[in-house]
Amino acid sequence: MAAYRSAAGFQRVLNAVKHVCLMQRCGVIICRYSTVYDPNEKTFDKILIANRGEIACRVIKTCKKMGIKTVAVHSDVDSSAVHVKMADEAVCVGPAPTSKSYLNMDAIMNAIKQTGAQAVHPGYGFLSENKEFAKRLEAEGVTFIGPDTHAIQAMGDKIESKLIAKAAKVNTIPGFDGVVKDAEEAVKIAGEIGYPVMIKASAGGGGKGMRIAWNDEETREGFRFSSQEAASSFGDDRLLIEKFIDNPRHIEIQVLADKHGNALWLNERECSIQRRNQKVVEEAPSTFLDPDTRRAMGEQAVSLAKAVKYSSAGTVEFLVDTKKNFYFLEMNTRLQVEHPITECITGLDLVQQMILIAKGYKLQQKQSDIPINGWAIESRVYAEDPYKSFGLPSIGRLSQYQEPLDLPNVRVDSGIQEGSDISIYYDPMISKLVTYGKTREEALKKMEEALDNYVIRGVTHNIPLLREIIVHPRFVSGDISTKFLPEVYPDGFKGHMLTAGERRELLATAAALYVAAQLRSQKFLGDLRVSIVPAESRQWELCVELDQGVHMLGVSRSGNNYTVEIDGEKVEVSGEWNLASALLPITINGKHRNLQCLLRTAAGEITLQYLGTSFKLRVLSKLAAYLSKHMPEKIPEDTSSILRSPMPGSVVAVSVKPGDNVAEGQEICVIEAMKMQNSMTAAKTAKVKSVHCKAGDTVGEGDLLVELE
Amino acid sequence: MAIYALMRSSLGLLHGLKCSFKSVGQIPYGAATGAITQAKGLQNARCYSVNHLSVQERIEKKRKAALTGGGQLRIAAQHKRGKLTARERLELLLDPDSFVEYDMFVEHRCSDFGMEADHNKYPGDSVVTGQGRINGRLVYVFSQDFTVFGGSLSGAHAQKVCKIMDQAMMVGAPVIGLNDSGGARIQEGVESLAGYADIFLRNVMASGVVPQISLIMGPCAGGAVYSPALTDFTFMVKDTSYLFITGPDVVKSVTNEDVTQEELGGAKTHTTVSGVAHRAFENDVDALLNLRDFFNFLPLSNKDPAPVTECHDPRDRPVPGLDTIVPFESTKAYDMLDIVHGIVDEREFFEIMPNYAKNIVVGFARMNGRTVGIVGNQPKVASGCLDINSSVKGARFVRFCDAFNIPIITFVDVPGFLPGTAQEYGGIIRHGAKLLYAFAEATVPKITVITRKAYGGAYDVMSSKHLRGDVNYAWPSAEVAVMGAKGAVQIIFRGKENQAEAEAEYVEKFANPFPAAVRGFVDDIIQPSTTRKRICRDLEVLASKKQTNPWKKHANIPL
Repeated sequence: MAAYRSAAGFQRVLNAVKHVCLMQRCGVIICRYSTVYDPNEKTFDKILIANRGEIACRVIKTCKKMGIKTVAVHSDVDSSAVHVKMADEAVCVGPAPTSKSYLNMDAIMNAIKQTGAQAVHPGYGFLSENKEFAKRLEAEGVTFIGPDTHAIQAMGDKIESKLIAKAAKVNTIPGFDGVVKDAEEAVKIAGEIGYPVMIKASAGGGGKGMRIAWNDEETREGFRFSSQEAASSFGDDRLLIEKFIDNPRHIEIQVLADKHGNALWLNERECSIQRRNQKVVEEAPSTFLDPDTRRAMGEQAVSLAKAVKYSSAGTVEFLVDTKKNFYFLEMNTRLQVEHPITECITGLDLVQQMILIAKGYKLQQKQSDIPINGWAIESRVYAEDPYKSFGLPSIGRLSQYQEPLDLPNVRVDSGIQEGSDISIYYDPMISKLVTYGKTREEALKKMEEALDNYVIRGVTHNIPLLREIIVHPRFVSGDISTKFLPEVYPDGFKGHMLTAGERRELLATAAALYVAAQLRSQKFLGDLRVSIVPAESRQWELCVELDQGVHMLGVSRSGNNYTVEIDGEKVEVSGEWNLASALLPITINGKHRNLQCLLRTAAGEITLQYLGTSFKLRVLSKLAAYLSKHMPEKIPEDTSSILRSPMPGSVVAVSVKPGDNVAEGQEICVIEAMKMQNSMTAAKTAKVKSVHCKAGDTVGEGDLLVELE
Repeated sequence: MAIYALMRSSLGLLHGLKCSFKSVGQIPYGAATGAITQAKGLQNARCYSVNHLSVQERIEKKRKAALTGGGQLRIAAQHKRGKLTARERLELLLDPDSFVEYDMFVEHRCSDFGMEADHNKYPGDSVVTGQGRINGRLVYVFSQDFTVFGGSLSGAHAQKVCKIMDQAMMVGAPVIGLNDSGGARIQEGVESLAGYADIFLRNVMASGVVPQISLIMGPCAGGAVYSPALTDFTFMVKDTSYLFITGPDVVKSVTNEDVTQEELGGAKTHTTVSGVAHRAFENDVDALLNLRDFFNFLPLSNKDPAPVTECHDPRDRPVPGLDTIVPFESTKAYDMLDIVHGIVDEREFFEIMPNYAKNIVVGFARMNGRTVGIVGNQPKVASGCLDINSSVKGARFVRFCDAFNIPIITFVDVPGFLPGTAQEYGGIIRHGAKLLYAFAEATVPKITVITRKAYGGAYDVMSSKHLRGDVNYAWPSAEVAVMGAKGAVQIIFRGKENQAEAEAEYVEKFANPFPAAVRGFVDDIIQPSTTRKRICRDLEVLASKKQTNPWKKHANIPL
């Protein structure tokens, strides 16, 4: 019976289910590949994917199309992960920590032997750029789907790669290529290059051992710090000095090279939107490059690939200054996270190409065959809190999860599903949300819609930030650089700032939702003892609170349409009002909006996700609001800083020590009681003040375990 | 509006004393215009006698006095304490204009200690009683008025409460009591005590006939506490409500313990330590709005079916997250609430006693719009074992559901009863038997889902097939056995070598749903993601279930 009344919501669920079933709970590739998959084309019988999460799923999908059997490896906590379910076979390679599982070469080599896999796709991260791993595979006669060890090694070292690049006539950042002896030499070199300069560790990465100097004094200081940091972090204190490109863009060229000396460039990806050197939003092509610059960059990238006899897919990263001068940064000898946007605009399946190349096939395409068809944008959806330095990892269980796959031209690459745990052990990426359009404008509009329709519950996520970036005037106009986020949000990200009109829309929606819920709570089916309430065409006077602001609203209803009067202005809100659905598609003053209702309580609290950001509102009847003024102010009680044992048991493990920083929900210790391990977690993000237990201790109920600051 | 309200109330006498009141804040305004209204009314009225005027006047005067309770000063004091007045509470609890007040003119009959003086008489005395509607459904209410003699219970007060309780039972409608009373009216002596007993008796008579709910919104001390204790649910307001037999002063003089009111009988104590209260709310407004929500779960009486509300959640919605929720390691915990939220309509679960005996989860939810009672072991707390407190908590909830035709859905992941001297000395045998008893005697539809462990006697207790479970499911992760592998092997193969091999054999044989399934003790092994669909379908089938226990005067549950 209920199904009739909620046909729309029902249909949505059905659709979602259909997608889930069809695509094995992993993202659907919407943009069409122009390449054909010929299962009879001889490549490999079985490929092992030495990775997890979305990239493992991504590789498995192409393997399936090519008729190749797949082997997943997994840690014990990942035993029911999506990539494990998708693969034909799965082998557990160790416990949760990556050093013991996904980086455990011995276990992975065993898995290869055990399953008889003929080739290994390493994905990105983990062992993808580990020459040792590639060597071991070679020794066992197993194909590594990636470049050979020589290229990995050559491009893995910053000094060596720069020398090779220079020799291959690739623009490099003016600077000193070699080992700097002492601080005075550093000053001399800096003087020759011209300030500002960057001093960085030869072996470094991830911003470690890097210093920017604007004068001689800073150069001396920077030299000292960088060499110390380099020595302690990498055991290698070699440094190099180069010109510092202020306010650059980060643009990279995708290359594809076979084992027969052919190489292609597959256009660029603009990856300038970053936080803490990690990419957040990427697009292809870049708004900044003209065809000449693009070709120049592409040709240099190809000549570098040829210089190191590169085969497989690779990425040459460039810094591009405001005058379109570009400088080689480094080459990544693996499939990049952001490869889907290149696939969208070129129609190539990069994983398929990698497999074909690894088997020794020649590239089928010529450079002139490589198109730029339309525009693709990728948003990296992370389980992290964007309000804390643009994203601090959060963890939890995805209690509800629904990808916006019913929208056309949306591709979601993910390796999780409803019920999955985002754990502290691995990268907190939830998915890569890719939208595609004939024009950039179209792709951006689609991205807005996709973000609004993306349902993620149970973990904090960065959709508020992504949603703000893609509509920011600077981003929309293409005026971006790697400093975009700190420049646009100098005081940190604060969520969407409502305009007066948006505020009214939000208030009106909350009021209409409240009334719809109130009306439904009076509908009892088949109960004759309910007095008939004259529900139709009634008026409501409501009081809605939003960020300390209190608004008196008048609401009137006709059918599913609500007219809300706020400060003399009328707002028309209409929709299905399916109170069970996570999504709340409504029309406000004739405009279609996708909101999400995150919370609705009996006491009138309503949390709505609107324009990406979640807003807490409270809707009360006029009477309840009037009486609320008598309610006492509550002083919040802080029990979050003390962790007590909830039961008698023994301490199995203590994961923290005094002075450690812990995130909310992070495991602090494990108590075993009744042969059951119970994980005690931090109630807030804080520093550990003191630890009152150690592994092996027996504790009673209510015993103090750990104090936080 | 106020004019209209007052006109209605002045005419109200002819309409069964129906009274509609507006917030107290509006009364001065209403009072000022009230005289004019009345004067106008009288111009058109025919006079039958000279006394008529004075009676009419007296009615108005009394009515006005009743509406202001103990007077503006005391109302202000009540507000200053962060509490609403008795009438404000009712206005918020009930549907607009639905309250029908009884006994507004009742006054106390005490003539000792100067109580007979006019200024000591308050029309309606220290309680407001009547009936009204919550979302259109009938409810009887009483609301103690702290502004009149501190809400103390006089003979008249008790008589008013008894009157609505009697009628509630007669027509079959729940009773909600809003408690805010300093205790007995000492001036009345035994009359007051008699009043308490009259209420207690009705609480007991009404038990299992109509749902009874107490919301403690101020002090409730001494003998008065036993009325809430006898009702089905006791809710409290944080920081402003207290329940105790004797206050801190008496405690100090008798046991020499130093304890504050809050520590002794505040909301936190009773919802976490004593288990006297079922839930606490932030303040009066929050509590009353939540009570409205809660009321929608309950049937009106034991003769009414569990209510069915309009539901937007598809009955056959799959819940994919459940397929991975139970961890592979049987020693690892998960949150039973994740399962409950996933399965019920709209993730809406009204948990009863969420902070007491947390190793068992009980509460109300809906399946395809129909109210159900949920009972589940909570592996996250003390491994979900059954102990004294959780057994008693579960038993009382199951009996409420059974009494009021609410189907019971039980999620089982129980490693057994908690061992230890504390439990044995505390009488776990006696208390554990209560839960067993409650499940066994229940005749409402009973659906059981074994999610993981169902070990030992606890398996039997948790709504097993043997206790007349109507539909018993096992998830593939279910293990139904006398005990876990390690313990079992130590007994079966005592002293033998190769314990590990024996353990593996035991796991292969028993750590799965098959032993129970081949015997028909579970009806089916189901994919967890289909659980909602299955339960909704079963509930439809079981809606016409009829089962009766043998005739008895009453059963003898092990108390």
